[in-house]
Amino acid sequence: MKAFTTLTGLAAPIDRANIDTDAIIPKQFLKSIKRSGFGPYLFDEWRYKDHGEPGMDCTNRPLNEDFVLNQPRYKGAQIMLARENFGCGSSREHAPWAIEDFGFRVIIAPSFADIFFGNCYKNGMLPIVASHAMVDKLFNECEANMGYSLSVDLPSQTVTLPSGETFGFEINATSKHNLLNGLDEIGLTLMHADAIKKFETKHQATQPWLFT
Amino acid sequence: MAVGNSTAKTLYDKLWDSHVVHVDIDGTSLIYIDRHLVHEVTSPQAFEGLRLAGRKPWRADTIVANPDHNTPTKDWAKGIEDPISRLQVETLDTNIKETGALVYFPFKHANQGIIHVIGPEQGTTLPGMTVVCGDSHTSTHGAFGALAHGIGTSEVEHVLATQTLIAKKSKNMLVRVDGKLGAGITAKDVALAIIGKIGTAGGNGFAIEFGGEVIRALSMEGRMTVCNMAIEAGARAGIIAPDSKTAEYLNGRQYAPKGANWDKATAYWGTLNSDADAKFDSVVELKGAEIAPQVTWGTSPEQVLPIGGRVPDPANEKDATKRTSIENALKYMGLTANTPIDEIKLDKIFIGSCTNSRIEDLRAAAVVAKGKKVAGSIQLAMVVPGSGMVKRQAEEEGLDKIFLDAGFEWREPGCSMCLAMNADRLSPGERCASTSNRNFEGRQGQGGRTHLVSPAMAVAAAIAGHFVDVRSL
Repeated sequence: MKAFTTLTGLAAPIDRANIDTDAIIPKQFLKSIKRSGFGPYLFDEWRYKDHGEPGMDCTNRPLNEDFVLNQPRYKGAQIMLARENFGCGSSREHAPWAIEDFGFRVIIAPSFADIFFGNCYKNGMLPIVASHAMVDKLFNECEANMGYSLSVDLPSQTVTLPSGETFGFEINATSKHNLLNGLDEIGLTLMHADAIKKFETKHQATQPWLFT
Repeated sequence: MAVGNSTAKTLYDKLWDSHVVHVDIDGTSLIYIDRHLVHEVTSPQAFEGLRLAGRKPWRADTIVANPDHNTPTKDWAKGIEDPISRLQVETLDTNIKETGALVYFPFKHANQGIIHVIGPEQGTTLPGMTVVCGDSHTSTHGAFGALAHGIGTSEVEHVLATQTLIAKKSKNMLVRVDGKLGAGITAKDVALAIIGKIGTAGGNGFAIEFGGEVIRALSMEGRMTVCNMAIEAGARAGIIAPDSKTAEYLNGRQYAPKGANWDKATAYWGTLNSDADAKFDSVVELKGAEIAPQVTWGTSPEQVLPIGGRVPDPANEKDATKRTSIENALKYMGLTANTPIDEIKLDKIFIGSCTNSRIEDLRAAAVVAKGKKVAGSIQLAMVVPGSGMVKRQAEEEGLDKIFLDAGFEWREPGCSMCLAMNADRLSPGERCASTSNRNFEGRQGQGGRTHLVSPAMAVAAAIAGHFVDVRSL
């Protein structure tokens, strides 16, 4: 997994509540058996005027110029501002894969859907929950100021606005440690292999029907 | 229920506690996984990761696998025509061949179907288990009193390699539906009414236990429908305490415990319920008698109304974000504010999906379809059974004839037009009454417009050509 420590980057506002993972990456792209290459199809139905299919070269597809990520001022954005319940719906990890492949490493929203939230951490991305008031402020400032950039600092769990104002965010110690160090979670879990085997022995004794 | 002593446990607490392998200082836990359901869409990258790291599955005998999203629902003799879909399905074949599995039904197998339909019907979903799958509708299996939820592909790989999941415990929510349902009201209406009440984010961070007289009175199929849609209320897991109906459903199924194990298992399952004084972090109450047939009008399952309602007017919404959501939804859905729901005309009808494709769903649909004809204005009305077993059962009961006589197409099992990864999809602008679980933009095909309803309501709409109160027929 890619490590995450600090990031200063351009913010882009996706001003819509309840954005589902079908919108983030439509189903036809889930036919891929690879983990990469989803970035060009991020928000495909909002971003392009034609119908996207897997493997399509997106360089000459007709763009929906109204869609925020197609505006030149947000080119190169690494921090996504989003609204309530971002990432709801399907558990597809293709959603964070597409967002990360597009170039985002941080998403700031008032709330996230649970499965999507966890999937971000697994891909070296940092989902940040901020208050409604703070998210409103970030949206307003971002839309009003070209080149609006935020500084995210995972070790101190803070985000700094261009004005110098700072707000803190929560993250559990395990996810923070793994993210800071880019650790392989499977490798870490396998260090508990003896505990897993011990549990299994006890589990089998009490519920033998689960082991037939 | 809101207060209780510290030793009293909810069903979720019991399921969680009985699977904890290890706890970190911050409460992050390693949870043992008893059943791993696998389909073709969210697993290839996990198997590849496993291979690249030189790892083997910890317990292949916990795997139940089956392709369902990409498989066609007609002309099976032609195979899978889309080469990208075919490769994904073949990749699952190869991966399972390499790792092994307790159950594998490849494409065209007599028992193949939607993974969340075949798991229970094979008896591989049992009370007290932890069940995961790279699919958010894994919540379905909570109907058996199992802790069941969707996971991402990285977690699929983690479960394959370690038989565990790294997880934080959720909070406890009780959704109690008291009293009795009126005639013609189904589990689907209950699920949609709950989502309408708490919203699609209402269950975020919670495991929902569904209880109350209405839930207890539901069949196992109905309970699966309700738990299936827990994720649409934001809760990864929905749970219903097992009872005699649960045991009755499982008894004699292929992989259910037998003999002395059956007796031991059922005795244990009897302990799987929330203690009377268990504490829930949140309690939501609904009255069964107040639930009418539900129809979604927008692009989120929470945008739902009773059949007698009217499409909302954004002008009446004070919250700016919600107003924008309504405006966006009306625009996408091609609807005008204040239109009566029963004046909305349909182009296509889809009966199927892991929400509503089980035998009881098809029976309920057939009751309404019997002796009637699909309206001439409907371009396509299709019934897609959830599995080979459901299909055979329905054909033994003559349900296929009822549907065919009424003008429905009778298809092969699969996920089909719930998410339109195969050839079954809506064209831009087409409007569909669907028994599936998500009315998101583009879900059933780019530009397609989805209204979620129960199977009986879908058939009633097919016959009338527009939504109609199934109770009035």
